[in-house]
Amino acid sequence: MYSSRRIGLLLAALLAAACTRAGAAEPGHFGYGSVATPAQIAGWDIDARGEDGTGLPPGKGTVDRGAEVYAEQCAACHGTFGEGEGRFPKLVGGVGSLRDERPEPTVGSYWPFAPTLWDYINRAMPMPAPHTLSADEVYALTAYILSLNDLVPNEFVADRNSLPKVKMRNRDNFIWTDPRPDTAAKPCMNACVNAADVRIASTAEGRNLTPRTTGPLDTMQPK
Amino acid sequence: MRPDPLRSKAVLSDLARSPTPLGRRSFLGLGALLTGSLALGGKPATADPAQDSPPADAPWSQSIGAGVVDRPYGRPADTEASVIRRNVPWLTAGTESSVSFSPLQELQGIITPNGLFFERHHAGWPSIDPAQHKLMIHGLVERPLLLTMKDILRFPQTTRIHFIECPANGGMNWRAAQMNSLQFSHGMVSCAEWTGVKLSTLLEEVGIKKEAKWAMVEGADGAHMNRSLPLDKCLDDCLVVYAQNGEALRPEQGYPLRLVVPGWEGNVNIKWLRRIKLGEKPWHTREETSKYTDLMPDGTSRGFTWLMDAKSVVTFPCPEKPIDGPGLYEIRGLAWTGNGKVKRVDVSTDGGVNWQAARLHEPILSKALTKFTLPWRWDGRPALVASRVIDETGYVQPTVAQLRAQRGSNSIYHNNSIQTWQVKPDGSVFNVQLA
Repeated sequence: MYSSRRIGLLLAALLAAACTRAGAAEPGHFGYGSVATPAQIAGWDIDARGEDGTGLPPGKGTVDRGAEVYAEQCAACHGTFGEGEGRFPKLVGGVGSLRDERPEPTVGSYWPFAPTLWDYINRAMPMPAPHTLSADEVYALTAYILSLNDLVPNEFVADRNSLPKVKMRNRDNFIWTDPRPDTAAKPCMNACVNAADVRIASTAEGRNLTPRTTGPLDTMQPK
Repeated sequence: MRPDPLRSKAVLSDLARSPTPLGRRSFLGLGALLTGSLALGGKPATADPAQDSPPADAPWSQSIGAGVVDRPYGRPADTEASVIRRNVPWLTAGTESSVSFSPLQELQGIITPNGLFFERHHAGWPSIDPAQHKLMIHGLVERPLLLTMKDILRFPQTTRIHFIECPANGGMNWRAAQMNSLQFSHGMVSCAEWTGVKLSTLLEEVGIKKEAKWAMVEGADGAHMNRSLPLDKCLDDCLVVYAQNGEALRPEQGYPLRLVVPGWEGNVNIKWLRRIKLGEKPWHTREETSKYTDLMPDGTSRGFTWLMDAKSVVTFPCPEKPIDGPGLYEIRGLAWTGNGKVKRVDVSTDGGVNWQAARLHEPILSKALTKFTLPWRWDGRPALVASRVIDETGYVQPTVAQLRAQRGSNSIYHNNSIQTWQVKPDGSVFNVQLA
């Protein structure tokens, strides 16, 4: 039999547990794995935040140095001046095109934050050997691509302090809250539209864009 | 020499013609039989099973088949060889940063077989030794952790069925009907049973600091793919999974470990998951600024549009599955919503003039594909077949015109509009859009 005092203690403990987030057990409840050391964290922690550059490492790079690294590491896919090669992405151009029939979203026309460019090059480029460039090389490439887009002068030096201050053209044109649902269709069941008004506006018939869906894999290229 | 009574002449002649290598077992006694029966030029002793004069025993009915471990893992029937993921070669520069489409026209239920689950890679799929893979959880936590796969397997296990859809699914149909195929117009959605540990369990194990509002999740592939997620979603229903449809994840689906973010765009379901970092603010990664944002007609863009709205599609008839003459058919399709459960699906065969409620098939699960059917007697006249889903929040799937009225046609993502298939008098089916 439990004494009333013991029941009281038990209730207090239960209440305390219920007050932690989502009724969670204390940290380390299961005890699996190992506590990550500062050295381990430093080795894994590669991210840099777009808005304020938090996480950018020491180092720096000039536009001229960036041009050299770019010619060696990037030009084959992105073109000598960022114009793109084949279906690899363009890095420049498209300024003022975002309302057009064929918008061109690039670093110059679309990207809102300069540190994001450093982060992406550092984590994913060059495509055949990602995350093999030094911090200085990534800073230099970032400086060069920003200069190709006329976002910084030729003497710009990219580092952890200068990058967050670069004013990107499309910085203020993002809405970071989701306004959906933005359609409000009603589930009409009968005579919802006039049958005479039902008209085919476009068809995929005869467009010759579709790879085959039977037999072996297709290798079709645009006609 | 007498033939093995277990083996007929017909089967042997069939084996001799077989384009596929014979199993070791099939060779037993084959040499003797070849000289015995084939050398005599034996005619098949059985009727052609395609003919209709009974009794007609097919060759496979007059022989013994392959034994249990003839295919130790197993594979589909040879005649199903066309049922594969496919890509659009002209869409991307290479296959390493590209997408493959699931053959929805051939799938009959809500579960996508693992070998047919659509793929999207940004730096190819890595081949990872699970003994070397680790997950680090750090940032605004009390006790940063490094977990091996063995550690992760010890946590309490959860199994749930969810779809994953790339937000670019249907992207090629934003401007006009382009791909004459269900596979290429809608095949960037798949659904599986996922097994792993709740992300909330892992985050509680490290202890969340009260300033933490966001999580940065990162993959171990060459893209080091990373996205920001609100902490509330992480604690609500996200799973860190190691198994799909009962077996270990396939490498192209994130082996040995991936994140499943139910109902949210495919890109946030980070594969080859290696790191989770808690912070106060979102990271605004390249994937959530220059990609996976919706460009509006006025030049502004919507970021953080993670939810996949309700969507449905008729899977029969479709361009790959034309109709074989007038008569009674069953219109079949799939519906899903990132907002919970499918409530109702309506089907029209006259381009949206009239609609009929379809039958929903069990199980109807939250954030999972739901199957629907409706009997249909096709009279051989031209028809415009479409489906419209309503989810449990009351949201109604819009027409493409309604969607364009809000978002223009410059967005690549989140096209969840009603799909119309045009049926011609010869039964052929085409992808069309109505004015």
